[in-house]
Amino acid sequence: MEVLVGGLLSGTMYSLVALGFVLIYKASSTFNFAQGAMVFFAVLGFVGLMEFGIPFSVAFFLTIIVMIFVGLATERFVLRPLMNQSEDTLLMATIGLGFVLEGLAQAVWGVEVRRLDLGIKDSPIPWIADNLKLFISALDLTAGLVAAVMIVGLTLLFKYTKIGLGLRAVADDAGAASSIGIPLKHIMLLVWSAAGVVALVAGMMWGARAGVQFALIDLALKALPVLIIGGFSSIPGAIIGGLIIGAVEKVLEVYIGPFFGGAIEGWAPYVLAIFFLLYRPEGLFGEKIIRRV
Amino acid sequence: MKPVFMTYTKKDIINFIVLMVLGFLIIPNVVTNNYWFTSILIPWLCLALASVGQQIVMGYAGQLALGAAGFMAAGAFACFNLILRVPDLPFFGALTLSGLVAAAFGILFGLPSLRVRGIYLMVATLASQFFIVWMIDKFGWFKNYDSSGIITAQNIIIMGKPYTSPVSMYLVVAFVVTILTLLAMNMVRGSSGRNWMAVRDMDIAAESMGVSLLKSKLEAFAISAFYCGVAGALFAFTYLKSLEPVAFDIKLSFKILFMVILGGLGTINGAFIGAGFILLFPVLLNFIGNNVFHGTIDATIISSIEQIVFGVLMIVFMIYEPLGMAKLWETIKIKISSKFKK
Repeated sequence: MEVLVGGLLSGTMYSLVALGFVLIYKASSTFNFAQGAMVFFAVLGFVGLMEFGIPFSVAFFLTIIVMIFVGLATERFVLRPLMNQSEDTLLMATIGLGFVLEGLAQAVWGVEVRRLDLGIKDSPIPWIADNLKLFISALDLTAGLVAAVMIVGLTLLFKYTKIGLGLRAVADDAGAASSIGIPLKHIMLLVWSAAGVVALVAGMMWGARAGVQFALIDLALKALPVLIIGGFSSIPGAIIGGLIIGAVEKVLEVYIGPFFGGAIEGWAPYVLAIFFLLYRPEGLFGEKIIRRV
Repeated sequence: MKPVFMTYTKKDIINFIVLMVLGFLIIPNVVTNNYWFTSILIPWLCLALASVGQQIVMGYAGQLALGAAGFMAAGAFACFNLILRVPDLPFFGALTLSGLVAAAFGILFGLPSLRVRGIYLMVATLASQFFIVWMIDKFGWFKNYDSSGIITAQNIIIMGKPYTSPVSMYLVVAFVVTILTLLAMNMVRGSSGRNWMAVRDMDIAAESMGVSLLKSKLEAFAISAFYCGVAGALFAFTYLKSLEPVAFDIKLSFKILFMVILGGLGTINGAFIGAGFILLFPVLLNFIGNNVFHGTIDATIISSIEQIVFGVLMIVFMIYEPLGMAKLWETIKIKISSKFKK
């Protein structure tokens, strides 16, 4: 039980990363491979600014501005020239983008592991431990709450606002959307900036747990099976997928892992994703893909 | 131009002979500096061979796979264990068998390609990458219960003669790479290659025209993994001279992906050009750092510049020349020759 709850909560951390992928996929049916690098880039910038003695809120705000600039540059120099190209081409371009962001972050801030203290302890909350006999880390719980807030916010944005309607139109058919006057540029900018903010939040949560370091990028790869399970274009899917991966990973590690010498966390999510793919290629909440000649 | 031998023109054959003379006669006799063999030529040929494998599955069959390093690891450790445990197994036999082991993994992890494509497939192939490296790391048998984690590769012995000097190892690698590249060039021109390209361009259309998706996709995965496996074995035995699972991590897979994309998707020579570029560029950058700036630039800065340049190039090529350096090279050649004709 405890393992399960712990897994579920750490799964929300994956969900936060996955959310950034979903946002961009939903608006441009582009799979943004650079999301992991964005997480790293954002939080490294944030910690770097904090080290200059800039207060938390200002640093947070500045990093958001930086991420908006990243979104702006991406739209102008990567997406616009590649408009109407195939998905695979865009995917490869975002892999390139990821390398650029990683390199930039390293060049500016160096490679050493940094600590990030959010003032939230990564240790069990005494009250819950005493009353419910469950050991739940405060950080996990915060991550869960933050994820919940973001999901509700983004879902409302997509469903009920004019921008959200525009986003969905663009995702459906970018050409048709722009021909009826939806400003493609602004929509893309907005989405990439939003993904940047999500990346920052995800990075802060991960950074507080594991230190702000290069390995964050590998963690972001784990968001991929989350997406497969949840479906690429579904915000709730990202959350459910994250929970499933988090829980299954932890349960397998604790109950089956010892027989194989442990560390099956490294590949179990991917294998799980493969089995999901065989059964439901579009994910739990994804839209069915119909392909025609 | 009229074909003179099979489907090859006179020009192709002359090119081939020139390359062979250069590779097997001139380079071994002219290049005396061992650094060139051990640090540039051998890794270049090994990685180029792996890129040919990646090229087959990605450039020809159009399947976005990201597990080349995993298959390389499978090949390398299979070769180590075969030589260790099977007495009197000739080196080339071990090499072939390790390629076949990798091919078996290729078929296994290629199975998802029958259901999914694009990024979904990429995730499925990532499973192979992580699983194979984990398996080798966790089960002591593969490493012959060596606790240090790094195993020295055996010497290459062919017909009772040891091949341990850099030049002789280079010749072994060059020989294997030549044979396999020739085979690959014929495969992609033959019916398998045409089927792969049909699948790549539009799998549903290919299927309705009678191309068996099952057969051609799995064939591509198996052959690609075979190439990667052989390349991995050569890489471990002639370049690393040791076997450690960490050497075959996801970073190597990404490197091979870059080689193929920058070199040019769907061309065999693109694999060689791309591998050469990805391998030589950091060497060049270090050289500039050491000699022009005399080491005033930090090594981390140099490695981040390297990353930024690779990333930017990737985007630039996607925008301006999606067919990569191989196509760029062709265009330059045509432009120059047309200038001379005027």
